[in-house]
Amino acid sequence: MCGIAGLIHRGKSSNVGEELQSMLQALKHRGPDSTGYALYANNDGQNFILRFKVGENVGEGSTSVNEDESVYNERKKIVDKKLSELGAPIVKEEKLTPYSYRYEIKYDKDLMEFSKAVESIENVEILSIGKSLELIKDLGDANVVSERYGLNKVQGTHGIGHARMATESGVDIKSAHPFWGYPFADVSVVHNGQLTNYWNNRRVLENKGMRFMSECDSELIAVFLAEKMRNGATLEEGMRESLTGLDGVFTYFVATKDSLGMAKDTMAAKPLVLYESDDLVAMGSEEIAIRSILPQEIDTYDPFDGEVKVWQT
Amino acid sequence: MANLKTTDKKTKAQSMGMHTETLTGKTQQKFFNPDEAENFFYWGTYDVDFNKRTELDVKDLDCKQANKKIDELMSEGYGTIVIKNPQGKHSLGVGILNKLNLIFEGSLGYFGVGSIDGPMVRVNGRVGWSCAENMMAGKVVIEKNAGSCFGAAIRGGDLICKGSVGARTGIDQKGGTIIVGGDAGAFTGFMMQRGRIVILGDVGINLGDSMYDGTIYVGGKIGSFGSDAVESPMTKNDIDWLNRKLKVGEIGDNFDVSKMTKVVAGKKLWNYDALEPTEKKGAI
Repeated sequence: MCGIAGLIHRGKSSNVGEELQSMLQALKHRGPDSTGYALYANNDGQNFILRFKVGENVGEGSTSVNEDESVYNERKKIVDKKLSELGAPIVKEEKLTPYSYRYEIKYDKDLMEFSKAVESIENVEILSIGKSLELIKDLGDANVVSERYGLNKVQGTHGIGHARMATESGVDIKSAHPFWGYPFADVSVVHNGQLTNYWNNRRVLENKGMRFMSECDSELIAVFLAEKMRNGATLEEGMRESLTGLDGVFTYFVATKDSLGMAKDTMAAKPLVLYESDDLVAMGSEEIAIRSILPQEIDTYDPFDGEVKVWQT
Repeated sequence: MANLKTTDKKTKAQSMGMHTETLTGKTQQKFFNPDEAENFFYWGTYDVDFNKRTELDVKDLDCKQANKKIDELMSEGYGTIVIKNPQGKHSLGVGILNKLNLIFEGSLGYFGVGSIDGPMVRVNGRVGWSCAENMMAGKVVIEKNAGSCFGAAIRGGDLICKGSVGARTGIDQKGGTIIVGGDAGAFTGFMMQRGRIVILGDVGINLGDSMYDGTIYVGGKIGSFGSDAVESPMTKNDIDWLNRKLKVGEIGDNFDVSKMTKVVAGKKLWNYDALEPTEKKGAI
């Protein structure tokens, strides 16, 4: 059981960091192990935001290990060198934790080649690349992660988030959601459920050049959609194909720089409550997530089995 | 009171060879004996007065505190309780075992008014998953939409949703009536065993999948029939019953029930009619 939440403001910006924090904290009982945010912030759009980690925050069942901060610092230097070789000058850098960074970089070439080069460095993982996407995930509940990364002041149009109860893989950052839709800028995915054809799909997608960073079944959704989009499908087309291409039970959200979508499996086995108005769409695994930002009486509903919806900012 | 642990007489199930062990502990079935009536105490029931009305704001209470407060109010004789600001909290109004007018001014989360036996409940909002699960008797009216597993395993009473409901409505239903004014999702009536489900709108795929018994009426389109669910002709009795029940349910004014589709179990998958009544009752 995990909790997912998402919201999109249409035609305006808001404090999406604080709003998503409230929604995810309300779902803490569904997943206390780790929390992740994919916030679409009001950045200037000039540079790419590169969020990456050079080490792990290790919890129960993780196959990773905690390392000394000096090891992280050395890896960071290698990343800097690699960015220089790739012709990606660093405009601004922030050290967020001993193991994670946020860079603003200039880059105008192929993101897949860029990602492969950066992630060829041992234990380095790109969490996200985008002009507006700020993807943050770490161990702890929504309040803990928000406070650690200063998220409650992030202004933006939309966001998705995840409160994880680790079932398919260990408690660590690499298995936490959201997953970046590698190699597409500004694409992120969160998922509640279990996918049963993970390994079959993974083998097929890896043969097509796609990359997996974890052994978490949910990562498959991001990679599945990214591969469809890489071959020319729209986001919504990819999502509709996922209803038959992915086996198991799922409700997932996917976000791009200007849209937010949801898909529910054909068994409708995983919960989702949806509120939709002219200027705001808010959804979550349980109604209390929506009530945390909209305490007044509102009309909500459960989308039906096999339903796919996409909203624009 | 029969004590299966000490009785020498074999039960019918034992004599049929269905099991040989002696039943003990919590699985032991006890039968009511009027001679020992004074020894029975129906826990958690109160005599209440419908005209004694109060309001309870649960905004700052968790579900356990709110339910305890409702219990206290019933013990003080309040027969009409209005709950303010439920705000989607889970498990509100569960386990009420006596007559009561319970009105929620807002929406409930999961497992709202589960395991009730007798109260009249109105929710002026929406309900989440598994509303009224295991309901035994009473009437529950939801003014807006409901989530999945609406009326899971209910055994009696009337459960009405004026909006649309999610998937698996009436899953494992063992009696009573579920009425939905709008549409219903996939697997409506999944493994239902008795009772009736009435959907005035459309239903999703796998309607009545693996149903043992019971009846489903659908007013709109059917996504697909589930395993062993078959259409059956509407009779005058069906029409009369539907007209009466919709009136009781305060729903579907002037709805032409004669055009509804009636769905029953084909009984090729499960057929408890072949069992003797006692065993059928035990099995269900």
